Amino acid sequence: MFERRSIPAISLAILLAAFAAGCGPKKRPPIPPPPPTPEAQPTAPLAPEVAKPAAPVIAQFTAEPTSIMIGQSSTLRWQVTGDAAGVTIDQTIGTVQNTGSHRVFPSKSTTYVLAAAGPGGGVTASVTVMVAEVPPPPPPPTDATQPAAGTATFEDRVAANVQDVYFDYDQSEIHGDSQSVLTQDAAALKALLADFPNAMIMVEGHCDERGSAEYNLGLGDRRAGSAKDFLVQLGVPAGRIHTISYGKERPQCVESDDACWQKNRRVHFTPGQ
Amino acid sequence: MRKLVWLAIISGGGLFVLASQEPDFSGIITSSQRLRMAIPDLRGAGDAQPYLAVFNQTLWADVESSGLFNLASKSFYPARIPQQPADFQAPPPPPTGRPRRGQPPPPTTGNGLWMRDWSGPPVEATYLTFGYAAVQNGVFVARGFVFDMRRGTPGDAQVIAKNYVGSVDEAGARKAAHEFSCDIISQFGGTCLAGSHIFYTHQASKMTAQEVWAMDADGSNQRQITRFNGPPPGSLFPSVSPDGARIAFTSFAKGQPAIFVFSVDPIRDLRFYNQKASVNETPSFTPDGKQIVYASSAPDDNCCRIFIADLNGMGFRPVSAPGNIDVEPKVNPKTGNQIAFVSGRSGHAQLYTMSIDGGNVERITDGTGEATNPAWHPSGKTLAFAWTRGYATGKFNVFVMDVVTRKYIQLTHDEGRNENPVWAPDGVHLAFMSTRGGTEQIYSILADGTQAQKLTSQGYNLNPAWGK
Repeated sequence: MFERRSIPAISLAILLAAFAAGCGPKKRPPIPPPPPTPEAQPTAPLAPEVAKPAAPVIAQFTAEPTSIMIGQSSTLRWQVTGDAAGVTIDQTIGTVQNTGSHRVFPSKSTTYVLAAAGPGGGVTASVTVMVAEVPPPPPPPTDATQPAAGTATFEDRVAANVQDVYFDYDQSEIHGDSQSVLTQDAAALKALLADFPNAMIMVEGHCDERGSAEYNLGLGDRRAGSAKDFLVQLGVPAGRIHTISYGKERPQCVESDDACWQKNRRVHFTPGQ
Repeated sequence: MRKLVWLAIISGGGLFVLASQEPDFSGIITSSQRLRMAIPDLRGAGDAQPYLAVFNQTLWADVESSGLFNLASKSFYPARIPQQPADFQAPPPPPTGRPRRGQPPPPTTGNGLWMRDWSGPPVEATYLTFGYAAVQNGVFVARGFVFDMRRGTPGDAQVIAKNYVGSVDEAGARKAAHEFSCDIISQFGGTCLAGSHIFYTHQASKMTAQEVWAMDADGSNQRQITRFNGPPPGSLFPSVSPDGARIAFTSFAKGQPAIFVFSVDPIRDLRFYNQKASVNETPSFTPDGKQIVYASSAPDDNCCRIFIADLNGMGFRPVSAPGNIDVEPKVNPKTGNQIAFVSGRSGHAQLYTMSIDGGNVERITDGTGEATNPAWHPSGKTLAFAWTRGYATGKFNVFVMDVVTRKYIQLTHDEGRNENPVWAPDGVHLAFMSTRGGTEQIYSILADGTQAQKLTSQGYNLNPAWGK
């Protein structure tokens, strides 16, 4: 058998020798010496303690409410304690007292940053007021969903989408929050009246129980008329709106307290004839 | 400076004199000036007797509520009651000479059959009302007499002597008593309320419509006038024509609040023409009965101006200026020349007067609280109305104000809400709405604030209007 292995063995040996000649019997590299141990650093002497001034503290920075409809206001309130040389709020409010409040009317969602600086340093806090726009009305229904005789659905949509608007005592002006509600109502009504070309809207004027029935019949009429004028100015067709006063004859609650009285000082929307 | 001081003293003194002499402008005769009268129970012969209790109660109540008399209490009356002039006896002449032994002492009292039994203590009546009742030919007959007891003898004393008839039942007895009391009241300068009617609105519950009803001055004979049978609110704020033959009111019967004029007998819609407006309300009559004043939001649905129109609504023209809430016009019943009304032109509702042509607008309440529901006294000198002066918003009381001097008196004092006063034809009584018993009901009261009497009790009753 040796003879048979001998030729491959010899070629292997030649191969190996050739390789060995190439790589050479390497000398093993020398083991490098270990790195030197670090010398112990000399410690610096301890510096004496100095009392650092404390930065001012923002005890409170809030907005009330944090969500508003466009056109409404929110009130920022803040309280800064400690050593504060200057307290500022951005968004053009500027320098303010350490403790205070400020009414803002942002036209879009806004973050207010309060910065208090003093010898001890500066701190900031922020608060965000979210502003909602009038939401767009829901898209008109497709033909497949048009009701055959639309009265019931029209009534449902009026009840769901056209909100009551409230008034101050013995007044018929549309104030403050009522303006934004009535603005939304105008949008809802324009869509509704376009969907139901033959429908009419009745605006009912109501009063709380306290004035005389005779005078309240007149005041309720003023309230309904006031709401109608507002809607017409926003583009609701005047010919599609009727008004009626019920004075204090159809209250929606009967308790003799402020909450119920406010609920009754209203205009209410229903399908008209 | 001295001139000013003298002026102040003189005017101050003048005011003092005026105040102490000032009559009660409400028209009520004060207690001390009332005539003292005794009214013993009449007795009935045979078939009349069962109805005398009702007769006597009605007679007493009518005379007492007139406000003209101070009625002597029955507990003072002597034992024997005269029934006709012939029953009176002359007291014996005073004894001459010494009292004779054996003779009984002369009587000191007639026990009711002498005039002075009634004019002297304890009764001390200036006038005596007496008589009796019987049935004659199937008719209830009450023989009624009124004597002036200050006269010495029955022959001189007669003031009234008359027969009053009715059916032989309670209604007939009541009728006879009403007529007798009417004569008594008229004899002494008053206006009789029998035969007058109070119109008002009634609803069985707050869920049903109001309708116009009518009743007699004492609350009896309540009967329904309108029958629209619609949804609430229904018909509101009735007023009566001066002759009592027509009513005007506001109703939701046809949708928008509108004015209706009805005849009362027979009950018929006289078809008042309403201007095209979101609201037409609170109509009332001119004293000649030929025109109607009312409040309307015409022509641009902006409530409300005062208008005047013919009885059928045609020929309308505006009276008050535009731009305010002017409601509840009421024409002066004496002059026909002046309108009292409610206006919010200076803030909350207040009372105003103006000429019938719309000029001379004057505010007569002083701006406090809210003043509403004006109602003229028949003399045209004073207004009854509802005012919240002195109380919280919505707490109305009945006041009476002299339109010239602006002085006022307060008739109710927070016994619930007290609203919608209206004068009776006698100028001495008022009807008004009060919640003092828990729900809205109609009461009558004397103009000095006394003798409040409940006239209704079922359901809710509001807005009285008192006609002839």
